[in-house]
Amino acid sequence: MDPLLILLLVLIGFMVVGSLVAIETRGLLSSVISVGAVGFALSVVFLLLGAPDLAITQVVVEILVLVVLVRVVITRRDETYATSRSTLAVGSVLLVLGILVAVVFWALGASGGAGLQMRPFGNPLLNEIGPASAMAPASTAGEARLGGPASGRGRRADGPAGATAPAEPAPSLPVGADRPETIPKSIGGAYLQEGLKRTHAANYVMGIVLDYRGYDTLGEATVIFVSILGAYAVLRRIGRHSHARDEPDR
Amino acid sequence: MRGMSLIVKNTTRLVAGFIALFGAYIVLYGHVTPGGGFAGGVIVAGALVLVVLAFGERFSREVISHEVVRASDAAGALAFLGVALFGYLAPNAGAFFANFPDWLGTPGNLLSAGTIPISNLAIGVKVGAGLFGVFLALALFRRRGERRLMVPDTGRLDSEAQR
Repeated sequence: MDPLLILLLVLIGFMVVGSLVAIETRGLLSSVISVGAVGFALSVVFLLLGAPDLAITQVVVEILVLVVLVRVVITRRDETYATSRSTLAVGSVLLVLGILVAVVFWALGASGGAGLQMRPFGNPLLNEIGPASAMAPASTAGEARLGGPASGRGRRADGPAGATAPAEPAPSLPVGADRPETIPKSIGGAYLQEGLKRTHAANYVMGIVLDYRGYDTLGEATVIFVSILGAYAVLRRIGRHSHARDEPDR
Repeated sequence: MRGMSLIVKNTTRLVAGFIALFGAYIVLYGHVTPGGGFAGGVIVAGALVLVVLAFGERFSREVISHEVVRASDAAGALAFLGVALFGYLAPNAGAFFANFPDWLGTPGNLLSAGTIPISNLAIGVKVGAGLFGVFLALALFRRRGERRLMVPDTGRLDSEAQR
C-alpha cells in the first residue's frame, strides 16, 4: 500500500475522532480545542496532497479562530449540558449515514464495478495533456502524486507548451489530428499550459485566483466584507448601549 | 481587557514583529511562492491579536484604534475594486479585471505578473484589518457590555470574580 495513502488514512481517522470528541465533550473549551486539532490535521492533509497555499491558509485561519474562540468562550459563563438523545435524531443520523455509505460505494464502483468510474487517487484529470481521443490513465500516475498542480511552478515550462498553443488552432486543419500533444483534457490543463505565459505569475494559484478568476475573488472579498460588517453591526449595539451607560463611571 | 504577565509581554515584544514581517512577506510574494493576500492578511491580523492579548486594551486605543481598522478594511476592499476597474485602461482591449502581465519584470521576480501583486496587497490589507476588527469587536465590546455586571467592592468583573 502506498505510504502516502496510509498517512492520509491515519490523518483522516484522527480527524474523525477529533470531530466526535468535539461534538460529544462537555465543556465548550475542550470542544473548541478539538475543532482546532481537526483543522491542523486537515492542513497536514493539504500539505501532503501538494496544496501549500491551502495548507498555509488553513493553519493561520485555524490559529486565529482558535484564539478568538478561546477568548470568547472563556469569558462566557454558560456551559453546555448533555442533552438526552431523542430516538428521532439518532435514527435520522443513521439513515443519512447509511445513504451516504451506499452512494459512496456506488460511486466508487465497489460492487462489481458497475458504478461510476472514478479516476485513481492522486491522478487528477488536469495532469494530462495529450490527445483527446486516446485516454492513458496510468501514464502519469507516478509523477502526478507529489508536488501536484497547486505548487506546480514551472512544471510545464519544459514541455512542448511554448511552441504550440491551443488558443489559436490552425483553421484549416482538424484539431487533434495533426497536433496530438496540444489539447489539454480539462480546463486545469489549459491553466497549467498557459498560465505562466499569460499571467507571468510563478505561483499558478494566484494567477488563477486573481487573473483568470478575478470575478470570483471579488465576490469572495465582498462576502468577507459584508460578513465583517454584519459582525460589527451585531456587536456594536451591545457596545454602544453599555458605553453610554458606563460614561459617568469614568 | 488587561494585559498578561511580564513573560508574555517580553516574548510578544520579541516575536510579534517577526510574525507581522512574515505576514507581509506572504502577502508581497504571493504571486511567486505559496501564500497570497488572504493567508498573509490573516497572519498580520494574528500578530496584532497577539499584541492586544499581551498588552491589553491600551494598545488598540492608542496605536491602532478601531477607526483605523475600519478605515483600512474599507480602503482594502475599495483598492481591490479599483484594481479591477484599472483593467479598463488596458491598451488593446479594456475589460474588467484585465491584467498587464508584460508591464514590468520577468516571471519569478517580485516585480512581475502585472496587477496581481497589487490585488494581493489590497486583499491582505482588507482581510487583516477585517479579522482584527472582528477580534476587537468580540473582545472589547463584549467586555464593555459586561461591565455593568461589575461587583462593586472588588472592581472586577462578575465573571472573573466567580472564577
